[in-house]
Amino acid sequence: MTKEEKIHELEVFAAQIRLETLKIIASRGNGHIGGCMSIADTLAVLYGEVMKYDPKNPLWKQRDWCVLSKGHGGPAMYATLGLKGFYDVKEAYTLNDFKTSFPSHTDHTKTPGVDLTTGSLGQGISEAVGAALGNRLQNINSHVFVFVGDGEADEGQVWEAAQFAAHYKLNNLIAFIDDNKRQLDGACEDVMSHGKGLSAKFDAFGWKVIDVKDGNDVEQIYDAVNEAYTEKERPIAIVLDTKKGKGVSSVEKSGAHSSHLNKEEWEVIIKEAQDNLNRISGKENA
Amino acid sequence: MSYRLVWNDTIDSRKCCDAYQESMKKIMKQNDKVVHIDCDLMGCIDTKIIKEAYPDRVFNAGIAEANAVGVACGLAATGMIPFVHSFGVFASRRVFDQLFLSAGYSRWPVHVIGSDPGITAAYNGATHMPFEDCATYLTMPNATIIDPVDYAQTFALTKKLVDVKELSYMRLIRKNFKTVYADDSDFEIGKGVVLKEGKDVTIIASGIMVSNALKAEEILRKQGIDASVIDMHTWKPLDTELIVSQARKTGAMVTAENHQLSCGLGSAIANVLIENCPIPMEMIGIREQYGQCGPQDVLEKEYKMSAEDIVEACIRAIKRKADRKD
Ligand SMILES: Cc1ncc(C[n+]2csc(CCOP(=O)(O)OP(=O)(O)O)c2C)c(N)n1
Repeated sequence: MTKEEKIHELEVFAAQIRLETLKIIASRGNGHIGGCMSIADTLAVLYGEVMKYDPKNPLWKQRDWCVLSKGHGGPAMYATLGLKGFYDVKEAYTLNDFKTSFPSHTDHTKTPGVDLTTGSLGQGISEAVGAALGNRLQNINSHVFVFVGDGEADEGQVWEAAQFAAHYKLNNLIAFIDDNKRQLDGACEDVMSHGKGLSAKFDAFGWKVIDVKDGNDVEQIYDAVNEAYTEKERPIAIVLDTKKGKGVSSVEKSGAHSSHLNKEEWEVIIKEAQDNLNRISGKENA
Repeated sequence: MSYRLVWNDTIDSRKCCDAYQESMKKIMKQNDKVVHIDCDLMGCIDTKIIKEAYPDRVFNAGIAEANAVGVACGLAATGMIPFVHSFGVFASRRVFDQLFLSAGYSRWPVHVIGSDPGITAAYNGATHMPFEDCATYLTMPNATIIDPVDYAQTFALTKKLVDVKELSYMRLIRKNFKTVYADDSDFEIGKGVVLKEGKDVTIIASGIMVSNALKAEEILRKQGIDASVIDMHTWKPLDTELIVSQARKTGAMVTAENHQLSCGLGSAIANVLIENCPIPMEMIGIREQYGQCGPQDVLEKEYKMSAEDIVEACIRAIKRKADRKD
């Protein structure tokens, strides 16, 4: 497969993740559309190409790990894992139901393929750091990927984790910083700004920083991961300039953190995602 | 479980925290998955004993307890067996949410060590004096909580923690403290130790209060009162069977803990009694107060935790028992 074909495949996968994520959230009627959409492309790159994993053996020792420290992105994770065969994706249409295996925040005790439990922001990155250290201690040649929100980065624990990872030279840890410029109460700039910016912060903490200009472009993400793989000493922060709600025009516009939509509104956005998928995969036939 | 009581109210020549180190050294030799993470307090509990033996498995996380707990959880997720240490105040309330979700709810076997329990923090004062450390863990489903009494018990129970499959918390006395057990003693997590069998009243104590309970038993005996003394080193899972059988036998109970009373050993035992065998009960421990600076023996008097306080509580409980029968 040429790189171009591969990239196209990942674009199609990202569109599928978006569509399924929306269907999963729609099964509940409301949820974190914005924060799920901004990471769909990175999830596509990870599970579509770069990560090693075995859907039939989710706890395979040699696997790469993926931790959603911004745990409210659960539905995007469930769509991805379902599409990759960890379970039938339709099972996730029980989001947040009584006794569901798919709570809105990722939970390793409930969902096959989810590596660590998150939901209290700031904690997942520490857990990911521990997993990277544990794998290294056991001579397992793998990577731990972790998603951190730009709002989440307000938490002191994120920076405790960052200093630890740098101090112990965990180059098997790759953090994706979902820099979608928004958090729950609005723009990060208004709620709590990041001084010289998240790239500068991670750089100051001793990480290798890779800035991705368009964090919703699978090719740029893929190239960044390959660059990250060459780092020998430092943990790597891939700072993704993303759009909250990417692919769902109404949410892109509102920047809403959580969306409560009526039936008609759901129909509109699911159709939009289906059309996008058709358009992107249609290119394949052209 | 086999133990030998050698208590004679004298202080051990060794520091209790060295028992943790010596025990860890053994465990780390037997099991290459065991690691120790500290939060810039290695100097306080002599971690150099294990650091020198296993430099690759002893980590300093710096003064960043929340992350230390999170890292321990990640390590546990990969199959490692992490022990994390900080002062009791920080190893509990400062990291409550991390302990609760990253560790407890996530079902990871993370073993937290909190040093300087209660008034043993002495001159370090209120900011470093945990009266509520075990309370935080009591609220976490299935967490194991241990309050060891001396060198031998700390040594024995540290080893047992390796087999605990969920979150655990063990208090660690840093300094030299009174010897209660002979060195080769062995204990089982979740099983209280009957040190004296009596018929008039049962004293249940843990940690530094066991020594006071034994002293109280001597005083009571001279007054013709026959007390049972139980060392309840494990607060959770609590030895319900032993509590209920003692309650049925003596009909009066006194608990003694180096901890606050609103959520502690006494209140956990009260829950058991209320549901199974309500009897007159008195509690010794800290009531609605914060810590403060001072020598341990002075603090013990200040918070009414001495052997004499236990004696008085026993007499009150026995009187209530008699009044009830009238
Ligand atoms: C410790 C903690 N505080 C608050 C929340 C509630 N909360 C959930 S998501 C969120 C905003 C997160 O913003 P960001 O990390 O930027 O996520 P994104 O915008 O990508 O969805 C908040 C405040 C939480 N889950 N955890």
